[in-house]
Amino acid sequence: MKTIYMDNNATTRVAPEVLEAMLPYLTDLYGNPSSAYLFGGQVARNIRKAREQVAALLGASPDEIIFTSCGSESDNTAIMSALNTGKDRMHVVTTRVEHPAVKVLCNELIKRGCRVTEIPVDREGRLDMDRYKKSLTPDTAIVSMMWANNETGAIFPVEEAARLAKDRGVLFHTDAVQAAGKIPIDLGQSVIDMLSISGHKLHAPKGVGVLYVRKGTKFSPFLIGGHQERGRRGGTENTAGIIGLGRACEMAAQRMGEENTRVRELRDRLEKGLLDRVPNSRVNGGGSERLPNTTNISFEFVEGEAILLLMDEFGICASSGSACTSGSLQPSHVLRAMGVPFTMAHGSVRLSLSVYTTEEEVDMVIDQLPPIIEKLRGFSPFWKPEAQACASGT
Amino acid sequence: MWEYTDKVKEHFLNPRNAGEVEGANAVGEVGSMACGDALKLTLKVDDDGKIEDAKFQTFGCASAIASASALTEMLKGKSVKEAEKITNQDIADFLGGLPKEKMHCSVLGRQALESALSNYRGEAPKEQEGEIVCECFGVTDKEIEKAVRENNLTTVEEVTNYTKAGGGCESCHDAIRALIARVREEEAPVKRPKLSNIRKIKMIEETLEREIRPSLQQDGGDIELVDVIGNRVLVATRGACAVCKASELTLTHLVEARLREHVWPELTVEEVPK
Repeated sequence: MKTIYMDNNATTRVAPEVLEAMLPYLTDLYGNPSSAYLFGGQVARNIRKAREQVAALLGASPDEIIFTSCGSESDNTAIMSALNTGKDRMHVVTTRVEHPAVKVLCNELIKRGCRVTEIPVDREGRLDMDRYKKSLTPDTAIVSMMWANNETGAIFPVEEAARLAKDRGVLFHTDAVQAAGKIPIDLGQSVIDMLSISGHKLHAPKGVGVLYVRKGTKFSPFLIGGHQERGRRGGTENTAGIIGLGRACEMAAQRMGEENTRVRELRDRLEKGLLDRVPNSRVNGGGSERLPNTTNISFEFVEGEAILLLMDEFGICASSGSACTSGSLQPSHVLRAMGVPFTMAHGSVRLSLSVYTTEEEVDMVIDQLPPIIEKLRGFSPFWKPEAQACASGT
Repeated sequence: MWEYTDKVKEHFLNPRNAGEVEGANAVGEVGSMACGDALKLTLKVDDDGKIEDAKFQTFGCASAIASASALTEMLKGKSVKEAEKITNQDIADFLGGLPKEKMHCSVLGRQALESALSNYRGEAPKEQEGEIVCECFGVTDKEIEKAVRENNLTTVEEVTNYTKAGGGCESCHDAIRALIARVREEEAPVKRPKLSNIRKIKMIEETLEREIRPSLQQDGGDIELVDVIGNRVLVATRGACAVCKASELTLTHLVEARLREHVWPELTVEEVPK
């Protein structure tokens, strides 16, 4: 059975070109980039090139790029650095819909005596900017606000939010793990202080990430050790991963146009196809500005895990914000923050595309998903014919 | 991804008895949309109290659907009396086990069955019993105590796995811990007053006289207490019993059982020659 991969916000396939660039560093070129001899030094030279490739995608300067092990490490580093260098500032501003790498860390910081403000969102996942402005106080050490939401694809106005923070002398960090490679980022034109990206979300391998730190920003390392990354992140470099990420960033810049045309059209086709065929369904965050590759659709009166496992029978890979798939007993914190009703939240499915998604795959999902919903509704105690009539009226 | 048994997967992919029984005379509905799973069970019980047909409607994850399907298969052809005895563990066992985080799906099945059977008996739908402990999932202290008692639960995490209580905001964790402690205390072995040796011997004599001798004497036999050493009770048989070697074992067993019941649970009986 052919796999139809529609879960690119979870992880992506490694691009063949990326793998090709990496392979020599897993075979012949195993030297340590810190070594004095040419065998190591040539690796260092290519890491420098990868740093330039990453910087180019972000509109940054290469020495503002720190390689890390993942997006979570980058997020942790940014927030802890701000608290460590911020003297008496013990306040963190974030949002209700952050990735666990930020959200769970903030919960932990509360236990350690920090004050954390979570800015709410509206039903469409849009940030409450008034509340945000009011939340910035003289003791605020940092704002950490995701650029685009992993579950709904909703985009936050981070550049504007960063300016407001800068006016008040507050550091601004953004988790751009989902945004990088899908929408243009130009740090040269913004006042964002720190930004995280993750390799495996843009067709590089797992185990490599980046933290951008603007020149002149006070910084305190998270991982203390050797002089690697100019003393900002100890530990021998993940050379193959870094080379791969460099190549992936170069390709992402070239494919940005396709992402925002062909991929966006496929996403829209998928969304419309499903909404047309399945009554009592709606797009979560549909009223927000969104990433071109993501759709989050709720099918009322059915449960997400059951949908995913039936889709799995057709080789279709997707995610859900239902309680049973989150590993907790409540539906996703993102959907709850948006006030999505329980009848909808438990039956949410996230489909996220990539440049490798084909029209044929999209059409197969449009064909195969509606009967799955119908089957599950067939024995749902909440699914009543009246509900169906009501849906066709709206 | 959850590790489901093949049987769970099979019942999820091909659920048995989905739908509603026409002319059902036992209907049970439990759970809610907010909780993330709900189950409606409809049964048709014949005049002899046998369950002729059983169907389910479920809103929930794969294991909730499989548990409901399994329950209907278990119920068909059973008498109401037999059905009353089905526990949530029986449902899980039928499926070859459930991941521990999913045990609440089997509990939901058991609750729907209880509700359907009480509906069959013509009882008014039960008022909510007890006080709500977990606000997030609307779980009462009675439900938590029942789950703790029936499944021998010892931690908050286990209670959450079985009842969902404590799986939301977590503010009720202390209350759940207190409930677990209360049930555990109830179940702790009853402390017996210490028995003095003289009292023990007296009680053994009384029990032999009252419970054993009359029937032995009818058959021309008798039993005599020789000694008591700690919990060892030494007896000798006389008359017909003494020569009837075949009954020796039975007799020792019978005497031991009676003495353990009436005197002290750790007594052992040995027969010694007179």
